[in-house]
Amino acid sequence: MLRFAPALTIAILIGPVAAGIIGTLLPAFGYLPALGGDDFGLEPFHALFSTPGIATSIRLSIVNGLGAAAGAFLIVIAFTAAFEGTRTFTQIHRLLSPLLSVPHAAAAFGLAFLIAPSGFVLRLLSPWATGLDRPPDVLILNDPGGIAMTAGLIAKEAPFLFLMMLAALPQSQSRESRQLATTLGYRRATGWLLTVLPRVYPQIRLPVFAVIAYSISVVDVAMILGPTTPAPLAVRLTQWMSDPDLTLRFQASAGALLQLGLAVAAIALWIAGERFAALLGRRWIEAGTRSIGDGLIATIGASAMALIVTGMILGGVAIGLWSFAGFWPFPDALPQTLSAANWTANLPRAADTIAITAGLGLAAAFVAVALALACLENETRRNLAIEHRRLALLYLPLLVPQIAFLFGLQILFLLVGLDASVYGVAGAHLVFVLPYVFLALSDPWRALDPRYGRIATAIGARPARVFWRVRFPLALRAVATAGALGFAVSVAQYLPTVLIGAGRVETVTTEAVALASGGDRRLIAIYACLQMLLPFAGFLLAGAITGFAFRNRHALRTAS
Amino acid sequence: MHKKIAVALAAIALLVLPARAEGPDAADWRAVLEDAKGETVYFHAWGGEPRINAYIEWASDMIAAKYGVRLEHVKLDDTAHAVSRIVAEKAAGKDHGGRVDLVWINGENFAALKNADLLYSPGWAEKLPNWKYVDVEGKPAVVTDFTVPTEGLESPWGMAKLVFVHDSARLAHPPKTLDGLYDYLLEHPGRFAYPQPPNFHGSTFLKQVLASVIVDPAKLQRPVDEATFGQDVAPLFAYLDKLHPKLWREGRAFPQSAADLRRLLADGEIDISFTFNPSGTSAAIEAGELPDTVRTFVLDGGTIGNAHFLAIPYNANAKAGALVAANFLLSPEAQAKKQDPHNWGDPTVLDVNKLSDDERAIFDEIDLGVATLPPEDLGPVIPEPHASWMTRIEEEWIARYAAQ
Repeated sequence: MLRFAPALTIAILIGPVAAGIIGTLLPAFGYLPALGGDDFGLEPFHALFSTPGIATSIRLSIVNGLGAAAGAFLIVIAFTAAFEGTRTFTQIHRLLSPLLSVPHAAAAFGLAFLIAPSGFVLRLLSPWATGLDRPPDVLILNDPGGIAMTAGLIAKEAPFLFLMMLAALPQSQSRESRQLATTLGYRRATGWLLTVLPRVYPQIRLPVFAVIAYSISVVDVAMILGPTTPAPLAVRLTQWMSDPDLTLRFQASAGALLQLGLAVAAIALWIAGERFAALLGRRWIEAGTRSIGDGLIATIGASAMALIVTGMILGGVAIGLWSFAGFWPFPDALPQTLSAANWTANLPRAADTIAITAGLGLAAAFVAVALALACLENETRRNLAIEHRRLALLYLPLLVPQIAFLFGLQILFLLVGLDASVYGVAGAHLVFVLPYVFLALSDPWRALDPRYGRIATAIGARPARVFWRVRFPLALRAVATAGALGFAVSVAQYLPTVLIGAGRVETVTTEAVALASGGDRRLIAIYACLQMLLPFAGFLLAGAITGFAFRNRHALRTAS
Repeated sequence: MHKKIAVALAAIALLVLPARAEGPDAADWRAVLEDAKGETVYFHAWGGEPRINAYIEWASDMIAAKYGVRLEHVKLDDTAHAVSRIVAEKAAGKDHGGRVDLVWINGENFAALKNADLLYSPGWAEKLPNWKYVDVEGKPAVVTDFTVPTEGLESPWGMAKLVFVHDSARLAHPPKTLDGLYDYLLEHPGRFAYPQPPNFHGSTFLKQVLASVIVDPAKLQRPVDEATFGQDVAPLFAYLDKLHPKLWREGRAFPQSAADLRRLLADGEIDISFTFNPSGTSAAIEAGELPDTVRTFVLDGGTIGNAHFLAIPYNANAKAGALVAANFLLSPEAQAKKQDPHNWGDPTVLDVNKLSDDERAIFDEIDLGVATLPPEDLGPVIPEPHASWMTRIEEEWIARYAAQ
């Protein structure tokens, strides 16, 4: 049975993605008979590259996407290097974990509610400190350079990478390495960078790639915080894809291929950067320098983390306040009236939606974790080396912009009669949940010390028993985290839910985005709250499971 | 593997026949009612406004009670998604049992579906029992959607007219001409904005300006003539070039929707905004979204007006049920309820003089709200230009202002 797990997993991922990609490739080269495209040609690419402002859109995608990924990565590295094993580290861990569960759209709304000229920060400071009784006419959100968008992405991706880092650290003998480096006279951060980073980086490398691909092709955050004159490429594709002028789909498909190319190019650039960093690192090691700007690393890491945590919390407070607000004019620091009326009026209507969202998320996360575990256990039992080529396929759904292959996927689901049903939507979610679960699980799993398993086998345990009594408990924290992450990913899905569900399967996210276009800030706030609370509950549950299972396993409990 | 799928897809594409499904005939209304019983109608409609959603919920209850038809509101954030879905179904050869039964639509979405032959035909709207109340003479927009004849392929649902909005507490006497608006911004820079085209409301503002400044307004009722297009729209872009440096954020960022614009007015970021629903402002005050000092006004010389509609896709699953729903939504009872700003505030497509005294009384009793102009003060209606104008000026606008 187990040996079929990899094939099954690949089939679940490849089927939809292949259909989706073909559904993108054909129109990109002019072929889509339903829309009158009968001949292959390069016309869609000509149309794409002659679109006004396309060069700016491409630049925005690349520069801001890579900038956000690099920013988030460097903050996490700097912070972990300077603070791993300290009280600050544990505290930030406690504060950041709940923030992980915040879907991108909700985080972007929070930031927007916070830093806009009419936002929470200026309301708190006005008029007593600023002298303003009306919002100033300054450009903060949607700036043409994309700074607000990049900041929003960093704030959201840093906690994700931090979680990946936490899941990977226990397999990196970081404590021992740090202690050894310290005894040799290395300063804390420098020692970490030179001894732990080289071992921990390979484990978080794929998550970093996923962050790059995501940041380059992000749609929801870019729509809320990003520039619009013009918008980054992914946003424009989405607009073309849903434009009533159906001929734009050819151009959109060509753009989707370009988007894929950009993601590949950005990752290639990153890999070049890796080489350079490795070279530099080796030089430093050889030089024997005991401190490379230790103080600076600590300052940057700490202040950036503090800013992210404060920003996200204040953003959450602003969302919470708006969800209870009556009329709330600028510059009042608080709404004129606070009442639960918004909630009581909307919650009964939202009950079904919440149930469906949770059901979809649980189903997708459970199946994804089961499949990922089956694949990994199969790999362990059969002593297989990691097949990198097959892995690349696993991550395809994360590297191809969603909008690009969802049209093709929609046609596939229509053909098999799965569209407009919760099963179809759960299946579509699985395509996106599975890679993340695999991502979160595979490296910690592969880094498990194989000797435990061998000892158990040596004393006569059957393979199934070795899995359930040795490897599974050892990996439980990673399994629970991966499950919670999968649940959060499912909750945050927008386009797959709308397109595959035919709009009939309503989740808190589809409701939030539908309402965002209508713009009552109080309703947006309510659904943003729901969007945050559901995944948060998932992570709480994961923590509770781990805590309960490890209640008398001190070493496992403190492993992170 | 790839090859097989490609072959399969190609085969499917070939199977897409221009099949015309048989369907109920609205002229035989008894049969339609009989057919409709027990059907579930999936009504794809923009879901961004809680007041409208609540109205549709009310209509569902009524239709269920009266006709035994279930109306399910599928909330869209963009009507184009429903258009996409119908196209995808056609691509997959799903000519029967489509997922969209009724769709709230107008303008370019309607034109796209009509041109691609994806609507239930022949025309059914003018055969509906309640069609006799429709104000075809007084509101020509109910049969001409952005200059495209509806040919009964969609049934009118409500009217829209561009009205401007100001907060009387901050600005007592708003400017009533475009030049006056510019002069106001010279003194109060940044206090006006319009949503970014191709957003529907932003494009409407462009059309409003174009209709006011174009040398020969009659041209707007015909498709764009590419030979003279540059010349025709030169006054529009001359005005915008002048206006933009004085706009909110100096025209470097734009609000993304009408709701965004309303928020800016509520926050005091701008002094003047606009809306397409003459009663929407009263409804927003009622809901605590705008201060009660906000009022509406129109420009001298009139503002753009149009109608919005309900259409049935060619492959709809519940055509009879969709006809019953469309007919109910056109009834005096449903139209009066809709016109009341407490519920929605969407002006009726009916001619109230064609109604019985009792029915007319319901309309007369509606309190239009503190910020709603009475019909006689709404000013002349400037008809929507041909849809090609909107497409072309949007392209031109994007090339000039959104592609730096």
